[in-house]
Amino acid sequence: MSTDLNLVLVMLANLAMLGSSRLSACIRLSAAQGILLSLLPLQLELAEHKLAPRLALFALTILVLKGVVFPALLMRTLRTADVRHEVVPMVGYVSSLIFGVIVLCFSFWVSSRLILPHPAPSPLVLPLALSTILIGLFLIISRKTALMQVVGYLVLENGIFIFGVALANKTPLLVEMGVLLDVFVAVFVMGIAIFHINREFDHIDVNQLTSLKD
Amino acid sequence: MEWLLVAVAVLVASGLMAVVMTSFPRLSTFWGAVGGGAGCAIGLFAVVRVLWSGKVESLRWGWDVPYGSFSLELDPLSGFFAIPILVLSGLAAIYGSRYVAVFWDRKSVGELWFFFNLLVAGMLIVVLARNGMLFLVAWEVMSLAAFFLITFEHEKQEVRDAGKTFLIATHLGTAFLLTMFVLLGAESGSLDFADFANSPSTVSADLLFLLALVGFGTKAGLMPLHVWLPEAYPVAPSYVSAVMSGAMSKLGIYGLLRVLMFLSDVQPWWGWLLIGAGAISGILGILSALGQSDLKRLLAYSSIENIGIISMGMGLGVLGTSSQNPVLMVLGFAGALFHVINHAIFKGLLFLGAGVVFQATETCDLDRLGGLLKRMPWTGSAILIGSVAIAGLPPLNGFASEFVLYRACFNREGLLAALSTSIPCVAVIGSLALIGGLAAFAFVRVFGIAFLGEPRTPHAAGARSPNDRMSLPILLLAAGCIAIGLLSPLVFEKILPVVAQITHYELAMIESPAARASVPLSVVARVGCALFLLAGGLALVRRWLLSGREVAVSGTWGCGYSRSTPRIQYTASSFAQPAIGFFAPFFRTYTKLRAPRGLFPQSASLATENTDLSTDLIYHPLFGAVGRLLGKLRWLQQGRVHMYVLYVGCTILALMIWYVSMELPPADASMSGTVVERSP
Repeated sequence: MSTDLNLVLVMLANLAMLGSSRLSACIRLSAAQGILLSLLPLQLELAEHKLAPRLALFALTILVLKGVVFPALLMRTLRTADVRHEVVPMVGYVSSLIFGVIVLCFSFWVSSRLILPHPAPSPLVLPLALSTILIGLFLIISRKTALMQVVGYLVLENGIFIFGVALANKTPLLVEMGVLLDVFVAVFVMGIAIFHINREFDHIDVNQLTSLKD
Repeated sequence: MEWLLVAVAVLVASGLMAVVMTSFPRLSTFWGAVGGGAGCAIGLFAVVRVLWSGKVESLRWGWDVPYGSFSLELDPLSGFFAIPILVLSGLAAIYGSRYVAVFWDRKSVGELWFFFNLLVAGMLIVVLARNGMLFLVAWEVMSLAAFFLITFEHEKQEVRDAGKTFLIATHLGTAFLLTMFVLLGAESGSLDFADFANSPSTVSADLLFLLALVGFGTKAGLMPLHVWLPEAYPVAPSYVSAVMSGAMSKLGIYGLLRVLMFLSDVQPWWGWLLIGAGAISGILGILSALGQSDLKRLLAYSSIENIGIISMGMGLGVLGTSSQNPVLMVLGFAGALFHVINHAIFKGLLFLGAGVVFQATETCDLDRLGGLLKRMPWTGSAILIGSVAIAGLPPLNGFASEFVLYRACFNREGLLAALSTSIPCVAVIGSLALIGGLAAFAFVRVFGIAFLGEPRTPHAAGARSPNDRMSLPILLLAAGCIAIGLLSPLVFEKILPVVAQITHYELAMIESPAARASVPLSVVARVGCALFLLAGGLALVRRWLLSGREVAVSGTWGCGYSRSTPRIQYTASSFAQPAIGFFAPFFRTYTKLRAPRGLFPQSASLATENTDLSTDLIYHPLFGAVGRLLGKLRWLQQGRVHMYVLYVGCTILALMIWYVSMELPPADASMSGTVVERSP
């Protein structure tokens, strides 16, 4: 599987998330996206016909975290918190999809005007990184369920991950591990927080949490 | 230089130990105080050793922070400011080891010691730093440590308010400093002080000077930037106020002097501005002090007055530099620096004394004190010495430094040369004289009301001498006041290398202008010694005359009545009333009077309060307007997570579009570490 194909699949996962109404579907899609991403550094490295064991370990960690641990945590919350299984959009699915396409075009435009310190491994990397970030943001903004916002956050982080791979395939792994740790903690905390909010208020609709503002 | 790093390490480590031990207050206090004292002693040893050898020691390590380098240097100016910091902080640590005992059973003292030691370490790094980034980091560490010390008793509303005022003031000041350093470093592309040495040609030196004046003036407490001092000093623990007033606010002066060294073409109006701000701070500061009845608040206003005197000295120095007048230049800077040391000593002494008074009587309100001299003779005498010194009376140290400033103005080159120097000189002489008189009045009031007469409340009557660990630092500082007063020519001589460094002159070249002050100073010192011998002799004679006789004790202010009451005495406000009445336009006095009515009046009361002029006239309207303006943006805060993320997203999008559609790449394309360049 080539790098480009991988990236296209990532983008398709994005669009599918924009268009799907079920929370569990979105979580599965984010898991799939995570698995695809964990292959990305390996593919880039293999293209240069070398594979460091350190990198393999790194890819494995990402695979486990993004592909298994996070989705499992979210699914568990989904089951235990006994919430509505729809994403409850504020922007309709069709409009969301159109927005996704616009974002993709925008990202291509921006990327055409940026040059990187090292040439990107594939012309698709930069625009897809940007659009993944923006779609992640959009998911956070336009979906009411708190769980969906966690998913949006994961998508956003995935975008940053692609960016990191693109910008410097020599990014210190330590930095990447740091980011992963952050995300891990964030998902963990959010999962627990959502669970508790649900228990206290009987819903996890972020829209109704406005009474917390001062 | 390594020893100074050891001192910093000792300070920080002992502070951490104090935090770890916080559940055992005695142990925590032990670690904090011993570490603080030891750190200061090591630092003092290092500074004195380097200054004694006459060399300049420096150290430079790389630092990963952009534009930062960990470069330290100990030159005469740094050493000069490090000495009062270390001496005063060391003594304050000894004093504090006993002072905090009142908090043992109700607050955790670990944080107090941690932030105290951090404050000292921060101040030390500030004077040693030779890189803008390091300087600002140390400056912030110092300010934030001070903030946490001020808000130590945060369960009280006034403490929280004072903390908020301090935090806003210090950060506004830092904003100006940040701008100044960025502009200074813009040309060379480096924030190392060594690269600032030639002031940049692209940025006007006037702007840099004004930025420095506002930024450092806020910390020092120049009017009208002084608002945080009278709020913060009274609420902090006394030994912390002593360090903040005696050492931390001096770093504003240090910073200003350091920046003046970077700027090459010095303008005369800078001198006028410094003299004007100094005269206003001095006169209004001491007048406001007269209007206060809270001892520590009064001392805070008196700090503003002293900063004013220092600022006038610097103004004279700057004026002398710009008009090529060596006498004015040398004596102006020397007087300012001399006063820095002196103020650190006597203001430290007075704040520590105020702490003793507060712990003995549980109040700092002058109208509730009285008769303390009989109850705590040693501390009271030390405070008397401090009061005489701060009033600038000979032969103590306060006189010596003000005398140098008088000498700077009173000479042919200053007073009788061009009009542009004679007018400022006359202004300085007039202001100094007015300040001196009012300061004497203010401290007669402090000492007379609080320490003489009869106790006004049972608390004051029950006051006892403090613990040795609290009185020893006070007595040492009082001894310092006398010693510097009597040895003023020697101290003055030690200041000259610092002046030489500030003015970029050779030491030999400034010796002849300096002699204008040092020769009369030695006369003053000799007369002072004679005065002390005379006073000692008279005291012995008095003792001899009284020996074998009975000394009767009766109430003070008895006025011949057989059943007098302490309420017959002068009160703090009635004593100050003539002066307050005379300077009424400078006060905002709020009076609440319930006048006695009828032939047989039942009850009557009078309460007056003097509020701060600049708070009323400048800050309240200003911040009120800003608050109203920003209140119009409250609709932005919806309380919905979606909206906040939407704001973030829109900002990112707008920035991205703006950046990408710009024609030319900006010179500095490093945004948050990611290098993104536009295609050509």
